Amino acid sequence: PRFTGNVLATGSQIYNSNLLFETYLYISALTMLFYSFFKSLIGKDVVVELKNDLSICGTLHSVDQYLNIKLTDINVTDAEKYPHMMSVKNCFVRGSVVRYVQLPADEVDTQLLQDAARREAFTQRQ
Amino acid sequence: ETLVVYLRDGRTLIGILRCIDQFANLVLHRTIERIHVGKKYGDIERGVIIIRGENVVLLGEWDQERARKSGLQEISVEEILEAQREEQQQQQHQQTLRAKFMKERGLTLTPEIGPDDMY
Repeated sequence: PRFTGNVLATGSQIYNSNLLFETYLYISALTMLFYSFFKSLIGKDVVVELKNDLSICGTLHSVDQYLNIKLTDINVTDAEKYPHMMSVKNCFVRGSVVRYVQLPADEVDTQLLQDAARREAFTQRQ
Repeated sequence: ETLVVYLRDGRTLIGILRCIDQFANLVLHRTIERIHVGKKYGDIERGVIIIRGENVVLLGEWDQERARKSGLQEISVEEILEAQREEQQQQQHQQTLRAKFMKERGLTLTPEIGPDDMY
């Protein structure tokens, strides 16, 4: 089965796998991988884009197994047409509402990530 | 702590967090629902509220400093509800215009956002 890796998309968007019955195992393996990946990015500045098009720039404070994200010292990047965010400095974003997490390219070793993802995929398949 | 909770249907609730679990189910105490229209807002008292985690978009820590600097103006509940109704009417109007425009070109416009999932 063809595997097209969308490295920075959320786990729920990986539905390109042909083996539907293995998709759940696949996703659960990947969330451990991305959980570790995000843990390595704690302290870095990221931009989290939510499914409602709201983009929040902030420092990654912590992440959990559901990929819920805690950001400190946030700053709404696009137009501040979301007035309810104006009095918030630190926030907790539920993993299920995240569309993208934008990371600076020099903080991510894509080769390493690709290799790790491929390894996970193989171990899952067995 | 006082939290700002943003819900999937577009509502903003501000209250004191009593408890939370791994699904982000929340119990808030002394909650107010804040309705924002433009630069103005209005508050409605809600009391104790339990929110199911799947409806939460984000939780923010209420920061008094930033709240003061935000420059938002508080107005009474009736006025804000009026303003909200007007805003919704305008949006509806734009939707109908857009749908009509698309229909003239032989396309149908399906709204991606419904009242339940306004985010």
